[in-house]
Amino acid sequence: MADFGGGDLDALRTEAKEWIAANFPASLKGRPNPMMREERSTPSPEQEAWRKAMGEKGWGVPTWPKAYGGGGLSGAEARVIQQELGRAGAYNPIGGMGVMMFGPTLLEYGTEEQKQEHIPPIVKGELQWCQGFSEPGAGSDLASLQCKAEDKGDHFVINGQKIWTSGAQYADWCFCLVRTDTSKKHEGISFVLFTMHQPGVEVRPIPLIAGNSPFCETFFTDAIADKKNLVGPLNGGWTIAKRLLQHERSGLSGAGGGGFGMGGRGIVQMAKDYVGADEDGRLSDSDLRTRLIMNEMDGRAFQQTAVRSMMESRSNSGPSAATSIMKNAGTRWMQDRAELTLEIMGHQGLGWEGDDFSAEELGAVRGWLGGKATTIYGGSQEVQNNIISKRILGLPDLTQNN
Amino acid sequence: MAVLNEEQSMLRDAAKSWTQEKSPVTAFRKMRDSGVDVGYDAAAWNEMAEMGWAGVIIPEEYGGSDFGYLSIGLILEELGRTLTASPLLVSAVGAASALVLGGTDSQKTEWLPKIAEGTAVGALAVDEGAHHNPDKVETKFEGGKITGKKTFVLEGFKADVLIVSAKGPDGVGFYLVRGDDAGVSRTRLALADSRGAANIEFKGAAAEPLTGGAAVVEQVLDRVRAALSAEMLGAAVQAFEVTLDYLKVRVQFGQVIGSFQALQHRAAKMFTDLELARSAVEAALQAIDAGTPDVPELVSLAKAKMGDTFHLVSNEMVQMHGGIGMTDAHDAGFYLKRARAAEAAFGNQAFHRDRYAKIQGY
Repeated sequence: MADFGGGDLDALRTEAKEWIAANFPASLKGRPNPMMREERSTPSPEQEAWRKAMGEKGWGVPTWPKAYGGGGLSGAEARVIQQELGRAGAYNPIGGMGVMMFGPTLLEYGTEEQKQEHIPPIVKGELQWCQGFSEPGAGSDLASLQCKAEDKGDHFVINGQKIWTSGAQYADWCFCLVRTDTSKKHEGISFVLFTMHQPGVEVRPIPLIAGNSPFCETFFTDAIADKKNLVGPLNGGWTIAKRLLQHERSGLSGAGGGGFGMGGRGIVQMAKDYVGADEDGRLSDSDLRTRLIMNEMDGRAFQQTAVRSMMESRSNSGPSAATSIMKNAGTRWMQDRAELTLEIMGHQGLGWEGDDFSAEELGAVRGWLGGKATTIYGGSQEVQNNIISKRILGLPDLTQNN
Repeated sequence: MAVLNEEQSMLRDAAKSWTQEKSPVTAFRKMRDSGVDVGYDAAAWNEMAEMGWAGVIIPEEYGGSDFGYLSIGLILEELGRTLTASPLLVSAVGAASALVLGGTDSQKTEWLPKIAEGTAVGALAVDEGAHHNPDKVETKFEGGKITGKKTFVLEGFKADVLIVSAKGPDGVGFYLVRGDDAGVSRTRLALADSRGAANIEFKGAAAEPLTGGAAVVEQVLDRVRAALSAEMLGAAVQAFEVTLDYLKVRVQFGQVIGSFQALQHRAAKMFTDLELARSAVEAALQAIDAGTPDVPELVSLAKAKMGDTFHLVSNEMVQMHGGIGMTDAHDAGFYLKRARAAEAAFGNQAFHRDRYAKIQGY
């Protein structure tokens, strides 16, 4: 396919290769990214050294501006960094919600002071952020949220509850939607930031069907947010929230770059190993084979669409309509794949714990269960379809009546 | 929509305005009602040829423009929108690519300029049964003559030159047979989609081999499959847009039916599938132009995804239009019939799924 860069990237490639060789601890080569684990353990000295090196270099967020510690690179240059990290068996230690959602949003909507204060610690991986959006009564209908912020002069006092707060138990700061005007719906919401390390914040992890607790209930009782940490105008938080959700969706669909490849031997080889093949090399189970092919094709067409929408947005034709379909198409593909993986493994794919099951098998069942969340969070499958219907197809919107 | 160069944008714009002004769906309806035996309007085909469309993949030395497969795909997409019937697919892509890839110098010199200017129509005679199965070839080439029966030869009823797959001394390959040869016996088929097709019996028809054997047969078929997928994309997008417009005007229970979420979500699903299919179709055409080794798998991906998507959208077009969609006066039936005929042509979804997996080794 297309080559995304010219020969001028060669110098950067050499620099990246040498820098990674000099800074990435050999003992971490090929090891999983601790950022991707739901249970966070204390980082090893090597992990810490690698995070600090990448944080100083700014290459964890290669396209963010240099003024706030980012890499200041173009998209094409950032892909070079990504490729060289992959080639060296190195992971990107800078991640989390600060990188994926909050940082890009603050760079767009924050004041200079806010960016100076909050962006560098994200770039360096020093502070983790969590997202205070959903509430027990405000899921798909997010704008009906009730968590209240009262104006007390130089600060807000926050009371209420958030739910499905991913990683709240590890977070240092929260970006939060709060109600600052009860007489209006969308126009009564503000976007505020506050530290999680204060007496008015209580976090309770929620055990899920996959057996872990990546999400929390978070309670605020007279929690404090400084006025300087109001992002955008008072009661103007909804616009910012919508923009942030776009960043979230592009990350969740895999369209934000990376995170797409399957580890290990791949599902086709796995199917051959568990199910067997006939003398022509075809999977013995023809029904499974057909469904596997369809899933492989879905994944390929999804990747092709990610490339196409990137090429389109890089040309002068403006934003690509294709981006609106990415979350549903990506999550549909991933969930189908998880179901197929389980089916391929048979009973071995239903092991919960213990030595009778391989790590791959145990991972499959947890991944299958955990993956059910992907069509619920970040705007459910149904909300995505509402968005396509209304914004792209121009069909009447019946969800904004109240 | 792929990022286009200047020539491609001009071709697409020309195709768009010509089909909308000169060849709307009413023209297809008129052609069908006329019962013309070739299954297309000769005057319209002449206009298309005059615009150079029949020479898009033919090298300049043989009178073409050599703009490539994404380019002819853009034209076919626009033709697909209005269901414009023409031999462009099998003549200007099928026969033309067979001659470009496997023709001898004299075959190229004789036929390519005529195909490029539209004065000769070529067709591909490959299948021998109800299903596309290019590996199963009973037709024989012996002593300079072809003997056998070919089925569902698109635009084959009056084609001037037939590119026929047959088994010769070195295995399966293409052979060139003149349409007016005394050993060629053609039976016109009346198909649901009203397009031109014929069964052809070869009784010792004089034939000249093309070069390249089975490899060229496969390469040519992939070019036709990708180009047909582009035509299907245009037809499916149009079927979807017409349906969407209807959802915005048809009132029941005091509101437009497009306000019902049950229909909105089916529309969103169609849009999603169309976007995915478009990516697959454009990637296949671009791969042919780039000459990358993954052409076969990308083409099978495109034909399978496009087939599934056109299948869905054509069914939904009838269903969402309700009773009016069942009437012959409405265009929905045309899209439904064309969908199934195009799905079956050059390998249906099952054929291409199986082929895709075989290429990947499972």
